[in-house]
Amino acid sequence: MTLWWIADALLLVVVLPVVVYLLHGVLRAARAITLSVNRIVGAAAAGSKDLDATALLLTTRDQVAQTVAVVANYGGSLDIIVDDAEEAGS
Amino acid sequence: MIVAAIGPGTGMIVVMALIVLALVVYLLLVIVELKRITDGLDRAIAGVGEIIQKSAPVNEVVEDINGNLDAGVDLLEGLLVKKAGLIDSVGLVEGLYPGAGAAGLRNFPQSTEIEAPRIAEVYTKGTLTLARLGREAPIAMANPAGPVLRNVESGSLAARQLYSSVRHQNPEKLPRSPVIGTDSPVSYEQRDDIGQPRKRLPARPATP
Repeated sequence: MTLWWIADALLLVVVLPVVVYLLHGVLRAARAITLSVNRIVGAAAAGSKDLDATALLLTTRDQVAQTVAVVANYGGSLDIIVDDAEEAGS
Repeated sequence: MIVAAIGPGTGMIVVMALIVLALVVYLLLVIVELKRITDGLDRAIAGVGEIIQKSAPVNEVVEDINGNLDAGVDLLEGLLVKKAGLIDSVGLVEGLYPGAGAAGLRNFPQSTEIEAPRIAEVYTKGTLTLARLGREAPIAMANPAGPVLRNVESGSLAARQLYSSVRHQNPEKLPRSPVIGTDSPVSYEQRDDIGQPRKRLPARPATP
């Protein structure tokens, strides 16, 4: 009979607090993960918004191609107009 | 009395029931948090998917842009070296962008071994070429940190002044050449006593 009471006391004083402590730790970790996930969601949304301008790269590519073409034409004209260094030095 | 009445077995059952109750409560709370985590991850995955979708063509476009720019750099470097020579090209680059001459030209690895001439201070063939191209370049800088000495509004005149004046335009109006010969103008008053007998001074009186 006495052993039963001792066992009851152990369950009530030791096992139950330990169980509650461990479960509380699990709940606290889960809530911390929730906060981290919310920050990840904000970062992903901001990153996606920052990449909205990537569509303009297509325009940049076209303009760069046109600029290089103009420079090439200008350089070709200069190649004809200006004497070469070897010719000028000779 | 009440505890003694229910007995140790009942007490055990009550304690176990308390443990189970704690388990249920906390597990329910954990389940709620896990549901929130799942929803948040779903939103995060959607955002990451947008990022992947938007950044997918970036590599191709940037590589294309870099290719075009590389072609432009190759063209301009080749033209500069062809027209000004490798040494003067390095000097021009150094004059325009102080410190850049040490890096040399990309397509001419030997340019890194060249000691850049001080084109910013001494006019050379490369500077003349640049001036002839009419670029508004800050050539003839006394100090890279100082103001540009070249008058960009009269760039063509500045370029012309670099050459010897073949047409003798400086100064614009030269004095006229003297006219000699029978019709030459009288440039000074002619004296009357030239060619005449020398004047005699009056005789000095004799001293006693």
